[in-house]
Amino acid sequence: MSAVDVLPVDFADEIPGGGTELLTVEHLTMRFGGLVAIDDVSFRAANERITAIIGPNGAGKTTVFNCLTGFYKPTVGRLSLHHPKGDVLLERLEGFRTSQSAGVARTFQNIRLFPRMTVLENLIVAQHNKLMRASGYTVFGLFGMKRYRDAEAAAIELARYWLDRTGLVEKADWDAGNLPYGDQRRLEIARAMCTEPVLLCLDEPAAGLNPRESHELNRLLIYVRDEHRIGVLLIEHDMSVVMEISDHIVVLDYGRKISDGTPEQVREDPAVIRAYLGEPEEIEEHVREALKQDDQGGDTTGEGG
Amino acid sequence: MTAVAEPGIRLRRLDVPAVLKEAGLTALVIFALTFGLVGFETLDVPGGIDINTRFGDVAAAVAFGFVGRIALILLREHRPLPVLALAPLAAAIMLMLLLSETLFGPETGAVLKAFIPFHDPIVLWSLAIVAVFFSIRAALAVRDMSSGLSLEEREERVDRLGARVQRGARLLGPVLLACALVFPFTPFADRQMLDIAISVLTYVMLGWGLNIVVGLAGLLDLGYVAFYAVGAYSFALLATNLDVSFWVALPFAGAMAATAGVLLGFPVLRLRGDYLAIVTLGFGEMIRIILLNWYTFTGGPDGISGIPRPSFFGLADFARNANHGLTFHEMFGIDYASSQRIIFMFYVILAMAMVVNLFTMRIRRLPIGRAWEALREDEIACRSLGINPRNTKLTAFGIGAMFAGFAGSFFASRLGFISPESFTFIESAVILAIVVLGGFGSQIGVVVAAILLIGLPEIFRELQQYRMLAFGMAMVLIMLWRPRGLLAYREPTIRLGGDRKAGS
Repeated sequence: MSAVDVLPVDFADEIPGGGTELLTVEHLTMRFGGLVAIDDVSFRAANERITAIIGPNGAGKTTVFNCLTGFYKPTVGRLSLHHPKGDVLLERLEGFRTSQSAGVARTFQNIRLFPRMTVLENLIVAQHNKLMRASGYTVFGLFGMKRYRDAEAAAIELARYWLDRTGLVEKADWDAGNLPYGDQRRLEIARAMCTEPVLLCLDEPAAGLNPRESHELNRLLIYVRDEHRIGVLLIEHDMSVVMEISDHIVVLDYGRKISDGTPEQVREDPAVIRAYLGEPEEIEEHVREALKQDDQGGDTTGEGG
Repeated sequence: MTAVAEPGIRLRRLDVPAVLKEAGLTALVIFALTFGLVGFETLDVPGGIDINTRFGDVAAAVAFGFVGRIALILLREHRPLPVLALAPLAAAIMLMLLLSETLFGPETGAVLKAFIPFHDPIVLWSLAIVAVFFSIRAALAVRDMSSGLSLEEREERVDRLGARVQRGARLLGPVLLACALVFPFTPFADRQMLDIAISVLTYVMLGWGLNIVVGLAGLLDLGYVAFYAVGAYSFALLATNLDVSFWVALPFAGAMAATAGVLLGFPVLRLRGDYLAIVTLGFGEMIRIILLNWYTFTGGPDGISGIPRPSFFGLADFARNANHGLTFHEMFGIDYASSQRIIFMFYVILAMAMVVNLFTMRIRRLPIGRAWEALREDEIACRSLGINPRNTKLTAFGIGAMFAGFAGSFFASRLGFISPESFTFIESAVILAIVVLGGFGSQIGVVVAAILLIGLPEIFRELQQYRMLAFGMAMVLIMLWRPRGLLAYREPTIRLGGDRKAGS
């Protein structure tokens, strides 16, 4: 697939926000036909740090996630995860293996729970691979062997732990589809954590939450970072969340990386301000230039292809 | 549609001309439908065909349509009282007329019979049923008007009832099983009833098998009968060519069917919903057509005959005189009776079905079963959790097919003869109907639906020509009232803090 050799990127020594390197993205490019969704993006994310990817709508943030979690095969690029058990190249893994063997878990922009299964079942399903092995690929489990029963009890304990953390213990036996919206968001994070990942990717976890819920979410993410000592990658529009909890921010616009640094650096970056707010004079100038080229019959606008 | 009138909101004034117009329109449609189809009947008379007119029936149908429509409108407009007054009366009169001969003796009966509007008793019976139905609807409407429940609350109440029935099913299951166990020794169990019971159990087993694929894994399979056929032919060919006994061939037939299931699974891994249904339907037909045309191997349309019956676990035969070895009645020192084999067959299929049931109940609580259900709910989420969708789907297809294969070998050995005729699409449709009607994923629902769909039509065989009509009507009604099946309540596979009752 992406057998193109990727030149290593010369990163600065220090990752903004500190920490040891967990994920290295080099020259990531994703084209859909003629559309370039991501154009040569490189960045690093550190272990035990929260890295936010922000950018205006359509900047390619979710596409980066889909490449990382195996839903898309990148056109070009190397995505290496520095797993404690050795480095893994994510772009070579089949979709489900990014979670199974690389330990990358994710949530979705539009929540994807198993609505007609209970909250607890959602969390047990997340521990599928572990339980599958314990049940001897179903054979032992079928005869109710002790080994499987113990593994299931342990799985329930892990689920209970995350239910506790997300405040869902009382609703453990509810159908997930009947939970209020904020609970569903938290359940999805709990479910991702039940896969025991090394990198947690959250796609707009604060979308649709009220300020109080969003504050709880911040505390949960900081807890995950500090107590479970894993890397968190976060796509978010809610700047109160991003600026408060991120250690490192990567800004995308039209598929390109326009800024990369600590929250303080990014906040001051003129390129970021331009991307979010635009600059009136500059826009005018663009329009004037385009008109001039049109008059000359120029081909530089080159949209017709 | 009319405005949704919440209970307690003032009723709209009844627009009489509009009501009459609507009812008239219905009557017109009924007239157009019945004039040609019911109004004229061709009769075979010596020397040709004669035409018999039945305009009286047409007129009666139109009148009933008109009145019935007005009743429906009244119900819709929240005026159930006149319906409640008249519908039971109509039902009572209809039933009285139908049963007049038994109620009042033959003489008065004959006089009363003259008032009967239709020739065909079936039409009368259905009219009586419709009238009863209207009475119930009206009674319910009257009650709901006073109780002031909204539609959703009522829906929820039915769901809760379903949940209670389901929880009762923990008791119902063993009770049904106990009934089944003693059934052959009850006085009802004549040859015919036992045969029907064996048919029902075969379909229960097939329903439970398909439930794994459709109910748990959510893969809509319209070609399930193909695996039934593979199992039946595997056993029949092994038995007739290689002289393999039923009990030895059974695992092999299951394995063949499972292989066929996995083979079908591969090409359809990426398909979902309607597309999957179309491909599986095609696969089912393919298998049937191969069986039909591979004359040298399968005997084509002639089928395979002389398939041996199952022996008593290879120890003894069910025959009056032993060809080789022991016979069953000699073994136990009892008199020979032809029913012994049938009773044995009954227990064999009962045991096989129970194995499928226990397996399913067990596997639902195992990771693979939970993964099936998760896959049904959201495949993309499954992939993000590291569940291999390919393997998970293939195991569902394979295991579902294996059980169909077991049922197929039983079927072949029970009849002693199979041909592609037995494995047409309609069989797949019936099995799927059992699963859908019973409620996706509900074990006891499958039993209820199999009794309704297989048992009742067999018992009411005289009404043969109306079976499919009733079948279709039942499906439509279920889809209207309980779109998720009769008993669609899903019992969680695990609860926090053990198996305590659901919080109320």
